[in-house]
Amino acid sequence: MKNLWDIFYKGLFDQNPIFRLALSLCPALAVTSTVTNALAMGLSVMFVITANNVVVSIFRKVVNAKVRVPVYITSIATIVTVVILTLQAYFPDLYKELYLYLNLIVVFAIILARAEVFAAKNGVVPSFFDGLGMGAGFAGAMVFIAIIRELFGAGTLMGYQVMGASYDPALIMILPPGGFVLIGLMIASFNLIGEYQDKAKSAKQGSEA
Amino acid sequence: MEEYLKLLVASAITNNFVLTQFLGLCIFFGVSKNLNASIGMGMAVTSVMTLSSMLAWVVYTYILHPLGLQSLMLISFVLLIASFVQLLEMVIKKHAPALYNMWGIYLVLIATNCIVLAVPVTNAELHSDFLTSLVRAIGSGVGFSLALILMASLREKLQYADVPKSLQGLGISFILAGMLALSFFGFSGMITL
Repeated sequence: MKNLWDIFYKGLFDQNPIFRLALSLCPALAVTSTVTNALAMGLSVMFVITANNVVVSIFRKVVNAKVRVPVYITSIATIVTVVILTLQAYFPDLYKELYLYLNLIVVFAIILARAEVFAAKNGVVPSFFDGLGMGAGFAGAMVFIAIIRELFGAGTLMGYQVMGASYDPALIMILPPGGFVLIGLMIASFNLIGEYQDKAKSAKQGSEA
Repeated sequence: MEEYLKLLVASAITNNFVLTQFLGLCIFFGVSKNLNASIGMGMAVTSVMTLSSMLAWVVYTYILHPLGLQSLMLISFVLLIASFVQLLEMVIKKHAPALYNMWGIYLVLIATNCIVLAVPVTNAELHSDFLTSLVRAIGSGVGFSLALILMASLREKLQYADVPKSLQGLGISFILAGMLALSFFGFSGMITL
């Protein structure tokens, strides 16, 4: 049980797809101007990555290594199509706004990478938790970015006014340039935190010795 | 004629894929460390994008749409583009080795990339006719190359700058891209589609 938790947990922080691995950054910038969009996109990716990990893991002994990439891509494309059709049927507004980026989930590096690195070598249950953890890490990072952008850029969260009427929204945060700068600063602060952790760790080891 | 010209400029500059729609960022940040590599990559992306969106247009208009199989669009586009790029690579390797040495390695990288897939998907969504699709593909490719080459030139200058340790690498590149996007923003409103 603890192993499964570790597999889940590493996707959240240590190997966070967006902040640590810097994979699949396109959607992290494109749909994070509102929290609602980011959440929808994050959950869709989480579903695709988990389902795909399970499928790949089930068929890992049947698929010939030489044709594995086309097989993975077909599997991902099928699952993404399911997600798109579901959103189209039940959430037409979200579907309209996210249409292009939903289609592009197919080519997200993180999904193929997890299939290749983890699901192709592990059983169904660990693969499921790996997908869930990576997906949750992805969705969490997306929502985190979106909260900052929507809060400062529009003064709202999920469409509700939060900042008070006197707040003058910094529109730049919602526009593309602000997104780039914000992600740059976030990556830098994650690096900074990592540096301090390393320093604290080595200082601790030094005092023990 | 005028509307095609408008579309060309719009998809290259005002709706620039990289800087306003955040597509192809992996390549954008990966390759822009080096100016020569950026020029090769820009050429490779532009040609693959143009050819593959023409192919995808034919498949969508003559096979998927008449048969009502739009739900298979994604699967067929992805497989189509991936196999087409593989084929292109083999042909170039055999018949134009000089060209292959110049940008053959980039072909493999873009086989399944969001920017190459985005154009056919947009064309299919808007039900564009053949010429419109072609112009959109060329314009997007030119816009991508433009952003990539500008970014590479900026990053070469960055080597002489004293960047704080935690900002080095991706961090400062993103902020730089933000500034570049800001300058592209000056064009917005020039053309509306």
